[in-house]
Amino acid sequence: MKSAIIVFPGTNRERDMAIALEKASGTAPLMVWHKDSEIPDVDLIVVPGGFSYGDYLRAGAMAAHSPVLRSLKEKASKGTPVMGVCNGFQVLTETGLLPGVLMRNAGLKFICRNVGLKVETSQSLFTGGYEDGQVLSIPVAHNDGNYFADNETLDRIEQNGQVAFRYVDEDGAMTEAGNPNGSARNIAGVFNKEKTVLGFMPHPENAIDPAVGGTDGRGLFDGLVRALS
Amino acid sequence: MSITNTAITPEIVAEHGLSEDEYASILKILGREPNMTELGVFSAMYSEHCSYKSSKKWLKTLPTEAPHVIQGPGENAGVIDIGDGEAAIFKIESHNHPSFIEPYQGAATGVGGILRDVFTMGARPIANLNALRFGSPDHPKTRHLVGGVVAGIAGYGNCMGIPTVAGEVNFHPAYNGNILVNAMTVGLAPADRIFYSAAAGAGNPVIYVGAKTGRDGIHGATMSSTEFSEDSEEKRPTVQVGDPFTEKLLLEACLELMATDTIIAIQDMGAAGLTSSAVEMAGKGGLGIEMDLAKVPAREENMKPYELMLSESQERMLIILKPDAASEAEARAIFDKWELDFAVIGTLTTTGHLVLKMGDELVGDIPIAPMVDESPEYDRPWEPTAASAVVDASTVPAPASLTGALKSLIGTPDLCSRRWVWEQYDHLIMGDTAIRPGGDAAMVRVRDSKKGLALTVDCTPRYVKAAPETGGAQAVAETWRNITATGAKPLAITNNMNFGNPQKPQIMGQFVGAINGMRAACIALDYPVVSGNVSLYNETEGAAILPTPVIGGVGVIADIEKRGTVAFKAADEAIVVIGETTGWLGQSIYLREIEGREEGAPPPVDLALEKKNGDFVRGLIETGSVTACHDVSDGGIAIALAEMALGAKGLGADVTPEDGLAAHAWAFGEDQARYVVTAKNAEGILKAAADAGVPAAVIGKTTGNGELKLGTGDSISVSMLRSQFEDWLPDFMAAS
Repeated sequence: MKSAIIVFPGTNRERDMAIALEKASGTAPLMVWHKDSEIPDVDLIVVPGGFSYGDYLRAGAMAAHSPVLRSLKEKASKGTPVMGVCNGFQVLTETGLLPGVLMRNAGLKFICRNVGLKVETSQSLFTGGYEDGQVLSIPVAHNDGNYFADNETLDRIEQNGQVAFRYVDEDGAMTEAGNPNGSARNIAGVFNKEKTVLGFMPHPENAIDPAVGGTDGRGLFDGLVRALS
Repeated sequence: MSITNTAITPEIVAEHGLSEDEYASILKILGREPNMTELGVFSAMYSEHCSYKSSKKWLKTLPTEAPHVIQGPGENAGVIDIGDGEAAIFKIESHNHPSFIEPYQGAATGVGGILRDVFTMGARPIANLNALRFGSPDHPKTRHLVGGVVAGIAGYGNCMGIPTVAGEVNFHPAYNGNILVNAMTVGLAPADRIFYSAAAGAGNPVIYVGAKTGRDGIHGATMSSTEFSEDSEEKRPTVQVGDPFTEKLLLEACLELMATDTIIAIQDMGAAGLTSSAVEMAGKGGLGIEMDLAKVPAREENMKPYELMLSESQERMLIILKPDAASEAEARAIFDKWELDFAVIGTLTTTGHLVLKMGDELVGDIPIAPMVDESPEYDRPWEPTAASAVVDASTVPAPASLTGALKSLIGTPDLCSRRWVWEQYDHLIMGDTAIRPGGDAAMVRVRDSKKGLALTVDCTPRYVKAAPETGGAQAVAETWRNITATGAKPLAITNNMNFGNPQKPQIMGQFVGAINGMRAACIALDYPVVSGNVSLYNETEGAAILPTPVIGGVGVIADIEKRGTVAFKAADEAIVVIGETTGWLGQSIYLREIEGREEGAPPPVDLALEKKNGDFVRGLIETGSVTACHDVSDGGIAIALAEMALGAKGLGADVTPEDGLAAHAWAFGEDQARYVVTAKNAEGILKAAADAGVPAAVIGKTTGNGELKLGTGDSISVSMLRSQFEDWLPDFMAAS
C-alpha cells in the first residue's frame, strides 16, 4: 500500500501517522507539503492531526483552501481513499467532503485521554480489520471534536451507514458519560456516502504499540493494508 | 563622538532597576553618560534575571560535572549523554510574574521560551513538564489563575505537538499574591550535533529569524527582578504574547537548518530579547557585534532602538551563519519555505563592542567585555533559618479511624488527582509516552529504541521553609527517588530556584541553606546540575512565597518493558515497605490538614540511606522481582497504598500497622528514602534486603475485593476513595 500524508504548516501528528502506516504496510508514506499542487498517485491519502495554520480563524478552515486541497478533492472524486484524523477530520468537513462540522468541545477544554470507541461497521476498506460492534480503547486529543449536523443530516448518514465510530462508556454503552466532547449522537467518525472518505477524531496512530498505549489502533492500519494492497 | 541625547536623571536610573553603584560602574565602562538605549541594555544585562547577581556566588558551588555531562550550566540548556550516540538536552525556567499578571499568556510564553532554549541547541523536544504553585483555594484569584495557567500551558504545548507528561500542582496561601509557573522541556539530539551560542568569525553575518518584533514584553527581565506591588497588574502590557503556531514553524525551520552545514552559532531571544542574545553570543566568542536595528523585522511602525533592543516578542532566534553566499541562500530558502522572517541585521566584528545603528545613525556603543566582566555580583548578607522543634508523634491525637483520615486527606487540594489538569495537556502525541501523568515519574521512549527517559519535577516547599538545607536535599532526593521507582537510573538535574527578596537576610539564608542541601544531595547521589534558572523577588507587599527550589530530574532506563509502575497488578501479592518507618509527623500533610498545624522539623534526609535503598529498589525492578513500585512521599504509606489501589481496577490491600508505632504516625508519617513494592514472592526480597543492609518489611497483601484495609476492622472501599480523589479539583474549578 502506497500512501501520502498531507503536511500543512502547524500539522503535528504526521510523524506518528507515518510510523503507523509504515509499520503496517512496510512502506514509508510520502510526505506532501501543502504548497504542492499535485498529490502523487497513491492508494491512500491521509490528512493527519495538528493545528494547520494554527487553527486560526477556525480549526481546519484555512487548510481547506490550501493549494494541495484542490488535488486532494480531485483524487477523492475519482475514488482515491482519503482518511482525515482529528485536524484532518476538521479539514475534510470544512472542504465538504464529509457531512457535518466539528465545534468546540462541550466542556470548552482540550481533552486528552483514552475513550471507548465502538466500530459501527466493519464493512468499509478502513474498518475491515475490526468486528462489527467491537469496542476499542483509543486516545483522543483535541479542542474541537464536538460533531454536529442537523437532525435531517444525522438521520440520513445513519440510514446510509455513514457513521464509522461512536464514543461509548466503559461498559460499551452509548451514554453521555462516554461522550468526551458533546458530539451529536456520540458520533466520533463518519464516511462519505461512497465510504471512500473517512474522518474521525481519535488517534489510532497512538495506539499501535503494547509498550506505549496499547494496540487497539492496529486494526485500522492492518485493515487498510489488506484492502488496498 | 557623542551619542548621548537624553539627560539621564537619577529617577530614570532607578526606574531601570539600577543601583547608584551599578550606574557609577556604567559611567566608568563607557567613559561618558549612556543614552537611553544603552541604559536599557545595561539595565537588562544587570537585572537579576540575566546577571544572577545575588545567586551566582552560591550557584557556583553546585556540582556540575560527571562523565555523562556534555554541557553543564551556562548554555541555553544542559546536555547529557544517554548512550548510543544520543544526548538529552533539558532545562527548567520560571515565568512567575507574567503568569500572575496574565495567566494564559504568561504560562504559554513560559512554555514557548523553554522550548526554544532546548531546540536552539539542536534538540527535537520530546517532553514538557511543569511545576505550578497557586495560592489558597479560598483566595478569590486562585480559580482564575489555575484555569488560565493550565489553559496557557495546554494551548502552547499542544499546538507545538510536544507531549506534556508530568508536573506538580500545589496550593498554599504563601502564593496568594505570587504564583509560580516553572516549565521544563526535554529534547533529544545526536550527541555530536549539539549547537552552541558562542559566536565565531569576525565578518560573519548575524541573522535574525522567526517572528517580527513588537512592543510586547519590554523590560520583562527587569520586571521579573523586582517585588510585586498592588499596581503590578498595570504592568500587563509588559507580558509577552505567544504564538505557538509560529514557534512550531520556527522549530521545524531551525531543525531543518541544523541538518545543513551552515550554522556557526545560534541563540534564542528570550528574556531581554535582542540585547541578551547579541551580547551573549558576541561575549562568549570574544568578539564585537554591529547591528543595524532598522533591519530588524518590526511588527509596529516607528519602533525606537530602545524598544527594538528590549522587546521580548516571542518566537525569535539569532543565528551566526557561515559567511559564504551559498550558506545564506540555503538558510534563507528554508525560512522562506516556513514563511518566517529572515534578515541579515549585522556582522561580527573584532572591536569587542556592541555597536548599534539605526540606518546610518549610531545609536549605541558599549564595550562588551567590560560590561560582562563588571556585571554586579553580590555576597548578600544571610541569616541561617532557626531550627524547628521536632514534633513528638505521641502528642499528635489519633484520628477516629485511619481510613477516615485517609478519606479526608486524599480529597485535599495537595493530594487529590490532577487529572483535570493533565487531561488538558496532549500527553500522548509523538506516540512514545510509556508512563503517563499520575505516576512517580513520567517515562518517554527514545524513538526507534527500547530505551526510555524517566522525567519528574519535585519540591516540598514546606520542608524547605522549616529547614532549608534539609528541604533542598529532599527536593533533589525526591526526584531521584521518583525516577528510581520507575526502574530508571537518575542522571542529572535542572533547578528552578524560586525565592523571595534576596536583600532580606532571612530570605538569602533560605537560598543558601537550600543550595547547601542540594549540593550535598547531588554529590551523594552522583546527580549533577546541568542547567537552571533563578527567580527572586517573589514577594507581594513584602510577603514572600515559601522557598521553592524546584528540581527537574532526568533518568534513563535501558528497556521500557522493564519499567516499574505504581498500580497494583494482582490480588494476593505481598506488599513490602523498603526503608525505615519512624512515624515522622513534623511538617506532614497529615499534621497540616487534619490537625491544622503546619509546624515542626521536616523528616531528616539521610543521603547514604537514600542511595542504598534506592539502588536496591532499582535492582529489584531490573530483575523483575517486583510487580509494582511507588515512592512514599506526601501523606505517607497510607496515601501511597491508596494511589497504588486507585491505579488498578477492583484491587485493594490488607495491611497491618507496625507494632510499637502509633498507627496514624505509621500510616501518615513522611519518613524519607522509602518505597512500597508488591511481589509475588516476598521471601527473596527480604533476604536480599537483609544482605544489602536495607530495611524491608512485609506489611500485608493485595486483595481482590476493592477494599483498603488498614488494620483490624478499619477498611474503606477504593471506589469511595476514588471519588474523593477525583472530584476535588473539577468541583473546585466548576464552582463560581
